[in-house]
Amino acid sequence: MSLINYASREINCKIVYYGPGLGGKTTNLEYVYEKVAPSSKGKLISLATETERTLFFDFLPVDLGTIRGFKTRFHLYTVPGQVYYNASRKLILKGVDGVVFVADSQLERMEANLEAMQNLYDNMTQHGYDLTKLPFVIQYNKRDLPNAAPMADLDAALNPGWTVDDTTRQRVTPDPYRQGEYLVREVDGMWVERVPTFEAVAVRGDGVFDTLKAVSKLVLKTLG
Amino acid sequence: MTSPRAASWSFHEEDSARIRGVLLDFLRDTQSRTALLVDRAGQMLVTVGEPPTFDPTAFASLTAADFSANDQLARLLGEPEFGTLFHQGEKESLYLADIARRVILVVLFDNRTTLGLVKLRMRGAVTELTALFTALFARDMGNSSSGVDAGFVGEAEDELDKLFGG
Repeated sequence: MSLINYASREINCKIVYYGPGLGGKTTNLEYVYEKVAPSSKGKLISLATETERTLFFDFLPVDLGTIRGFKTRFHLYTVPGQVYYNASRKLILKGVDGVVFVADSQLERMEANLEAMQNLYDNMTQHGYDLTKLPFVIQYNKRDLPNAAPMADLDAALNPGWTVDDTTRQRVTPDPYRQGEYLVREVDGMWVERVPTFEAVAVRGDGVFDTLKAVSKLVLKTLG
Repeated sequence: MTSPRAASWSFHEEDSARIRGVLLDFLRDTQSRTALLVDRAGQMLVTVGEPPTFDPTAFASLTAADFSANDQLARLLGEPEFGTLFHQGEKESLYLADIARRVILVVLFDNRTTLGLVKLRMRGAVTELTALFTALFARDMGNSSSGVDAGFVGEAEDELDKLFGG
C-alpha cells in the first residue's frame, strides 16, 4: 500500500523479507545498513530476543532522495522466521508493496523453506493480497555452503510458477537476471510464470543489493 | 476476494489542511505537546504541535506494530479491537486511538495536562478525523491512477542504480 503524500511530498514503499528461521533475512538488512551511505539510511530497529532471534521485526528505512519533487523512501522489514511467531509475521505484511523470500539453500532446510513459502501464501491471502500479482522475488541464500541444494532443485520446490491466464501476458519472457532462464514460457501447452531469483551469500553481501534492487524496481513500476 | 495488491492511496494538501485544523484545535484544548497521524502500515502522515525530538520514521513503524499487536491481543480476548491505548511515562505519555481502521492518532503529552482531559477531548477529535478519513478513502477507491509524474519511475530507477550499484 504505497502512500503518496502530496502534503509532505513523500512516497513511501514497504518491502518485506520473508522466509524460514535463520535463513538470513536480518543479515540482508544488516548488510544494507552497513553499506548504504549514512545520508541515505535511517535507524535500523531490531525487535529481537536476548539471543538475537527476531521477535517481531527488523526495520530499516532507505532514502532514494527527492525524485520529481517527491522524497522517495523504501521501508525494509523482516519478519520472525520461527514457526510459532506467525501472528507477528502476519501483522508485518499489512500494507506490503513487495516481498523478498529468503530461502536457506541447505538441503536439510528444504522442508522449512516449503513451510515458510506456504505460510507466506496463506498470510497474504488472509490480508486479501494476491502474491502472484505483487512484486515478488526469491533469494537463495547460503550458496557458499557445501550442503547447498542445486538451483534447479530449489526452483522446482519453491518457484514452480503459476499458470498465466491473461493472454496479453502469454509471451516468452527471458529472465533478465539469469541467462538461459525464462520468467514466462510455455510448458506442456500451458503458459507458466515464475518469479526472479537470486543467488546470495548474505553474510558477505553477495547478491544482497541485486535482490533489493530487483524488488525495488518492480515496486516502482507499480507506481507508474 | 483477493486484490492484486494493496491499493495505493494519496494524501493531498487540502486533506492535510483540514486534518491539521482538527489536530490544532485538539492540542490547544488539551495543552498536549504533539499530535501525530500514522497509517497502519507504519508511515507517518502528519505531525502537528511541537516538532518531535525523536526519529519520526522509526516512531511511525513502532506505533503501527504496537497498535497491530494490541489488536491481536484484543481478539484473543474476544474483543473486536482495543480502540485506544495509553502508555504512561515518568514525564511524557502517549495516548493512541484508531481512526477508520486505517490510521492511528498518537498524542504526546506531559504534566501540563491530564489523562482525563486528553481522553475527554480525544473522542470528539476521533469522530471528526474518522469522518474526514472515511471520505478520503472513499475518494481514492477505484482511482487506480496514482498521479506520479510520467518520468518518475525512470528517474527513481537511476537513483536505485546509484544507491545500490548499477
